[in-house]
Amino acid sequence: MALNIAYFSWVRERMGVGDETLDIPKNVGDVGTLVAWLAARDERGALAFAEPHRIRAAIDGVMIGPDAPLSGAREVALFPPVTGG
Amino acid sequence: MIRVLIRSSAIDVAAELDLHDAGGHGASASFVGRVRGDDDLTELFLEHHPAMTEAGLGDLAHAAADRWQLAALTLIHRVGAMVPGETIVLVLASSAHRAEALAACEYLIDRLKTDVMLWKRETFADGRVQWVEPREGDHGRSERWD
Repeated sequence: MALNIAYFSWVRERMGVGDETLDIPKNVGDVGTLVAWLAARDERGALAFAEPHRIRAAIDGVMIGPDAPLSGAREVALFPPVTGG
Repeated sequence: MIRVLIRSSAIDVAAELDLHDAGGHGASASFVGRVRGDDDLTELFLEHHPAMTEAGLGDLAHAAADRWQLAALTLIHRVGAMVPGETIVLVLASSAHRAEALAACEYLIDRLKTDVMLWKRETFADGRVQWVEPREGDHGRSERWD
């Protein structure tokens, strides 16, 4: 499944791109598994996703938890906890 | 009237207050967040998501308007590079009486810190650059409103 993934803050810096479209294996069904898959995929992923508890996610604009399913998602955003205000 | 904005240039607090107050509300509460120059900070950069950040601010504003009787609400967040003293965020909430205006204002700034896609990056005079970590207690303050 082709999935558009957007990165922000130090996750973006470590991944080296703001967003990319990746072909996701069938067994990657939720956000937590996606993060683990990215961490195992290459060196930049290992650097960005070494600490999954520091990663937050949104699917198509809605903030979600690690158990959220990826089915039907157009864009998944992965980022550290937000620090606005 | 709800006014929600993301701005990459300076926020004119006085002009925004005039606009917000045009209805002559009984009680108006305001919060102005500014860049602190601690530890020789030279630049604060706010990263955002072009669509989702403004949508997140809009959701928050509407949640506040559902929760309290508000005559007007202004929520403006700066993004991009700024220097100490500049305004990062402006919250204005008005109602007939103070309790609702004050509560809505506090709710908006507490929730903004945990729910909206914004990330702060600091640059210091000695060249150090670091992404800001959430403050302990931000989540507790935000969850008070659940």
